Amino acid sequence: MIRIENLHKTYRAADGREVQALADIDLEIAGGEVFGIIGRSGAGKSTLIRTLNLLERPSSGRVLIDGEDITRVDREALYALRRRIGMIFQHFNLLNAKTVAQNIDWPLKATGHGNAAERTARVAELLALVGLSEHGHKYPSQLSGGQKQRVGIARALANRPRLLLCDEATSALDPETTQSILRLLLDINRQLGLTIVLITHEMQVIRTICDRVAVIDGGRIVESGKVADVFLHPRHAVTRSMVAQSDALAAASLDPAHAYMSDKLRGTLVRLTYIGDVTYQPILSRIMAGARVQVTILQGEVSSIKDVPFGQLLLELEGSEEDIRAVFAELDRHRIHHEVLQ
Amino acid sequence: MDLSVIDWSDIWQATWETLVMTGVSLFFTVLLGLPLGILLFVTARRQLLEQRALYVVLSFVVNVLRSVPFLILLIVMIPVTVILIGTSLGVEGAIPPLVVGTAPFFARLVENVLREVDRGVIEACQAMGIRTSRIIFGALLPEALPGLIAAVTVTAITLMSYAAMSGVIGGGGLGDLAIRFGYQRFQTEVMVITVVLLVVLVQFIQYAGDRLVLYFTRK
Repeated sequence: MIRIENLHKTYRAADGREVQALADIDLEIAGGEVFGIIGRSGAGKSTLIRTLNLLERPSSGRVLIDGEDITRVDREALYALRRRIGMIFQHFNLLNAKTVAQNIDWPLKATGHGNAAERTARVAELLALVGLSEHGHKYPSQLSGGQKQRVGIARALANRPRLLLCDEATSALDPETTQSILRLLLDINRQLGLTIVLITHEMQVIRTICDRVAVIDGGRIVESGKVADVFLHPRHAVTRSMVAQSDALAAASLDPAHAYMSDKLRGTLVRLTYIGDVTYQPILSRIMAGARVQVTILQGEVSSIKDVPFGQLLLELEGSEEDIRAVFAELDRHRIHHEVLQ
Repeated sequence: MDLSVIDWSDIWQATWETLVMTGVSLFFTVLLGLPLGILLFVTARRQLLEQRALYVVLSFVVNVLRSVPFLILLIVMIPVTVILIGTSLGVEGAIPPLVVGTAPFFARLVENVLREVDRGVIEACQAMGIRTSRIIFGALLPEALPGLIAAVTVTAITLMSYAAMSGVIGGGGLGDLAIRFGYQRFQTEVMVITVVLLVVLVQFIQYAGDRLVLYFTRK
């Protein structure tokens, strides 16, 4: 649905220096998927998402949406394009002088979309979708942060877009509200088949709703792929440190340097990583039952990424080299990734 | 102080004239200053319709007009006023210099008020594919309404004091009365009454303005 080719963005800072915000960006985002872009502040993720509706104009490169290079369209076509793309923001950006219902109606009214009766019906439908039917007459200042973002989502969906851009949409919200907004986004993604592109600095957001992720650092994409692959097997240093920060406990536990009794360690330290149905099968028990190897579980995490279960275990194996190799062979057979740490 | 020497019908007549001068010139000041202020805002750097050259020219003209002291402007404007109105005296004669003197001031206030509108809100409208003119009139101005009302209030008070000043060159109203009776005929009573009335009028305008601002504030 979206293809970004060789995108660059440089701009002139206030002091006259050229700043490279984005370089060599190549991305492909499929229709119907939830695609996350994660990076630290200043990494260029905000600039990147804003090139998708040309709030930010790239310096070079192409941005294709449904095969059309949006960097080349004229003003009228750009208006039409933007009407097909919804966007929500970190600080909601609602119109304070309009009520909730008027905020949702505004993109319809201002783009001459339908008559008053049709618009009223559409607004009611959207209010129900985001669970705010009771609040249509209120002003944004009377709502909580989570409710404001729901209004933002309803407003973004008013023109029935096929693509929704989320610019740090949950960064100003508390963890609980974040989860409820993410659930809403996921529902919308599934019910309406809407493609969602989001940027965030929060690992949890990516883990909860994204199918694929790109990690951006210094204006470049350093890693991308399926969320589980990228997070369970991070290759780039930036990804590793972000994974580590996202869950301090798990990170410490899965880092051999923190395996508190490394001096007491007698056997081989191994990290197992597995994804999918295998998570809920007694494979480890089966393998170990037939092996002449002692196993100690040092640390571990069993959780899920979006709806894909995964497990990660830090084990100490004691036994002859030959017996341990036999265990590894069994693990391979069951498609359990293993990595000898020490 | 002997209030019996005061001709109250003169006072009420002058008060009415001051209100008319302030009201009519406020109307024209807003009529000219609001579009000018909007134009200043949208043509400025990194704004909706950035037009560097136009902004520089408009900004320069506004600064020039604002840097002329009002008393001088009153005198400089006399020939222009005669051409426009037919006389430079009385209530009508005071209005053109009042408008020329305050419209640039009001335009600058409008520009500043519009700058206070959250950039993100405007950006959200752009992201919806809404035309710029529609954004200005449907989102920007309504969002800025409380600030604009406050700017009109400040301008109305400035106009009232300028209107009094126009008495020096033969404008009408309380200023004229204060100069002719209070100053030239040494009737201190008239001077005191005029000042008191001006104070009351200014207080009232400010109070009404504040109430309106409050009424339209949704934050």
